[in-house]
Amino acid sequence: MHEYSIVEALISRVAEEAEARGAAGVSRLYVKIGALSGVEPDLLASAYELFSERTICAGAELRIERVEERWACSGCGRAVERGAALVCPECARPARLVQGDEIVLERIEMEVP
Amino acid sequence: MCLECGCGDPEIVPVDVHEKILAGNDRAAAHNREHFTSRGILALNLMGSPGSGKTAILEATAPKLRGSFALGAVSGDLATDHDAERLRAAGIPALSITTGSACHLDAAMVHHALHDFPRNKLDIFVIENVGNLVCPAVYDLGQHANVVALSVTEGEDKPLKYPVMFLKADLVLLTKTDLLPHLTGMRIERFEEALARVMPAPKMIPVSTHSGEGLDEWIAWLRERLALRAEHGLHNARQPHAARSASGH
Repeated sequence: MHEYSIVEALISRVAEEAEARGAAGVSRLYVKIGALSGVEPDLLASAYELFSERTICAGAELRIERVEERWACSGCGRAVERGAALVCPECARPARLVQGDEIVLERIEMEVP
Repeated sequence: MCLECGCGDPEIVPVDVHEKILAGNDRAAAHNREHFTSRGILALNLMGSPGSGKTAILEATAPKLRGSFALGAVSGDLATDHDAERLRAAGIPALSITTGSACHLDAAMVHHALHDFPRNKLDIFVIENVGNLVCPAVYDLGQHANVVALSVTEGEDKPLKYPVMFLKADLVLLTKTDLLPHLTGMRIERFEEALARVMPAPKMIPVSTHSGEGLDEWIAWLRERLALRAEHGLHNARQPHAARSASGH
């Protein structure tokens, strides 16, 4: 359940940003979580519910955007479908992950008095 | 203050961050990596399920490297010092990192352990992670390569069930191969097929610390990595490209 430590890092990053801008509160957070990030969005959401209490994020909505995995050939750039071996069907070079491993804080909406 | 209608409500200000949530861990990991690289130490993050044979591999590795390369290790353990004790008994300078309830090591834990580590001259430093196929894959520790131990008794579907762990592996050690004759229908090819579906450019070495199978190939892999250290400097562990571009923000 490393989702708790992800939430801890998230809240401390938000607190830092809110303090720097003299925010009175935080209303909404936007995060991106990739399908191959190793973070489970549902677990992240429940960890956030529990751990945001009595922090600057208390009551702030957590919006999680899920990012699908996408692979492409490391040589020719052609899309490679997951399911079979992760090699290019054309040039046989290994695929690389184009997207899907994000654990990213995109945006904070904060209340500035 | 809301200036639209004069209601006195605070104004909602959007702040774009575009930063990895674990950026703090990544900075600590970069610091560890710099520590290893500047001393010419090859750092490995050894991961795998509880009981997959991580400690046994290191015990079997020590006598093979003795006299040529110095090995050191830290061992992530929820509650005991057993693994580090076994490693010390095998002649490897080793410390435990007791994680309490934490299911993985992070870069700060490794950093603290480095402060306590005996000042031996080392060639290879192995971070034996907490036994777990999920959480450790998420945290960069400052290693140069990820090695995953997967035992034949765990089943060939594990790479498909835990793709993140195997996606980040530079090398998979398929352990306990001496047990294969007892596992009906289990063949090494089935592990290879599963790995190829989640690991680009898959690299797997079947090993048995019981029969000694594959240990020479594993040692050859280590020597190859150490030779790279001399020629080109050390490379980072496999990090998916998408993560690299996100860190550019």
